[in-house]
Amino acid sequence: MAKDSLKFKIFRFDPKDAQGPRFDTFDVPYTPGLTVLMGLIYIQEFLDGSLAFRSSCRAGVCGSCGMHINGQYRLACETQAKDFLGGKITIRPLSHLPIYRDLVVDMSGFWDKYKTIKPYLIPGETAPEGRERYQTPDERARIDGVIDCILCACCHASCPMTETDEQYLGPAVLTKAARFLLDTRDSGTGERLVISGDEHGVWRCHTVYNCVKVCPKEIDPTGAIAELKKEAIRWKVLGKEKSIS
Amino acid sequence: GLAIPYWEGVPLKDMEFVQFHPTTLFGTNILMTEGCRGEGGYLTNNQGERFLGNYSDSRKAMEIAPRDIVARNIQREVDEGRGYEKAYVHLELQHLGEKKIMIRLPGIRTLAMDFAGVDPITEPVPVQPGQHYTMGGIDCNKDCETPIEGLYAAGECACVSVHGANRLGGNSLLETIVFGQIAGESAAKFFLGKGAATKSADTQLHESILKRETEKVESIKSSTGKENPFQIKQELQTVMKDKVGIFREEESLQEAVDKIRELKERFQNTSLQYKEGGFNYNLLGYMDIKGSLDVAETIAVGALTRKESRGSHFRMDFSKRDDENWLKHTVATLVKGECKLSYTDVNLELYPPVERKY
Repeated sequence: MAKDSLKFKIFRFDPKDAQGPRFDTFDVPYTPGLTVLMGLIYIQEFLDGSLAFRSSCRAGVCGSCGMHINGQYRLACETQAKDFLGGKITIRPLSHLPIYRDLVVDMSGFWDKYKTIKPYLIPGETAPEGRERYQTPDERARIDGVIDCILCACCHASCPMTETDEQYLGPAVLTKAARFLLDTRDSGTGERLVISGDEHGVWRCHTVYNCVKVCPKEIDPTGAIAELKKEAIRWKVLGKEKSIS
Repeated sequence: GLAIPYWEGVPLKDMEFVQFHPTTLFGTNILMTEGCRGEGGYLTNNQGERFLGNYSDSRKAMEIAPRDIVARNIQREVDEGRGYEKAYVHLELQHLGEKKIMIRLPGIRTLAMDFAGVDPITEPVPVQPGQHYTMGGIDCNKDCETPIEGLYAAGECACVSVHGANRLGGNSLLETIVFGQIAGESAAKFFLGKGAATKSADTQLHESILKRETEKVESIKSSTGKENPFQIKQELQTVMKDKVGIFREEESLQEAVDKIRELKERFQNTSLQYKEGGFNYNLLGYMDIKGSLDVAETIAVGALTRKESRGSHFRMDFSKRDDENWLKHTVATLVKGECKLSYTDVNLELYPPVERKY
């Protein structure tokens, strides 16, 4: 196959179509710096206008273009096509969510889980008069590892527990709960521990570590979930005065 | 976003003032934040020199001179053969050290590695100017009201204006927050008033508008034109980049206006490849391109007509600022499918303009 073109093998599916799912293959001309997303846009604009996929920032910060690309859940905009020159790029939608059409999945289940964890600051005291709530650099550094989530759902797709238990909150949502646990300005830990400690919460995590492997922002959801597990036990066994929140 | 009110007769103001950010990644034009230079980064040409010192308008502030000045000087270096691959210069961050980069600039390090294959801790980053922000936009007042009752505009799409011909770094975020609140308050005040309640209850009005818009979409879906709208988009991108960029002049601006009008004609003869409902990116793209053509016309016509240089709008044939003739806002209105310009006074309040010296 010519060195300056690539084959894109793309999952196609329209639920309204009696035909059922299939794979379509397209030839995309390669230019230096081509990303998988740029290839998909080229296909949609010039080869097949019916192709459906989400994208927005094309710079790895919005989380819209999460897909399964050559065996890995990742962002299409950050995947360099040059790593696959001379071969084939196979693209499937994210797993564990219903498929709307082609590479677009129905994210509403993911968002519903997200809302249950109260993903907003629940402050303790009333706001200080005329100024913001202070945090020292060290206090702020506690949330460094968990604050970068762009809600791309790659972790949720890679986690086998979201498959076996459809209601399992999943790595991203639980990481968000941990994010507020670790934020010194927040005092909603009690409420969030109830939600994340229930039947479909942290205890469904079996430390598979797929989420850590795929996260485009290099977050450690397994570690964050472990912190929540430890905190839940602290509250139960030692009393909430021993909270690290 | 800008096209929809424009199509309904709302003017767009000051459209020729387009900000070109000095440092975007070579190739993808992903933004390398001004913070890189704020933290102490240097810009060097292919002779290894910090070339901003060779220009009188950036000699003093160097890398943190205003954006339009830095963008123009980078472009001059490249155009005069002192760039790399005839396209970019180097953003040097190595001297800041690993610790500072990891703490202060981790995001741009990831971007440089993922999209340009370089690690700023050890190598220079290839950067070139790229289109970044529109100072112009939907004509509105400081309460975010547009000429259409009940329609408000805030943020980058709006033009009060607060940035004039050149926006300072960080002020777009500030603008969004401040005017977002103001627009919300203005809108709430209006909708709690009597007149609004009557309009909201007018279901006949809603239905007639829905019918009108549905018919428009249906006629797009059933059009049988021969051309691909995305081909038009590519040609529009090329003409805007080549002829309505950082350095502008009469002849090429006129060619740009003519080309845009030709593209608008050809666009009438395009059709969709995919006509179903639901996540139809073909249709979405079509609407986007249709709007872009009209917005591009306001920019090119505004730039052609303004025979002076001011802020980010730089004319090689009229390189001085001309307050006597041109201290005014450009107002572009769509009249029978054509872009018509008029002008309004600038509200100077506290700061009379003086000569721009550094």
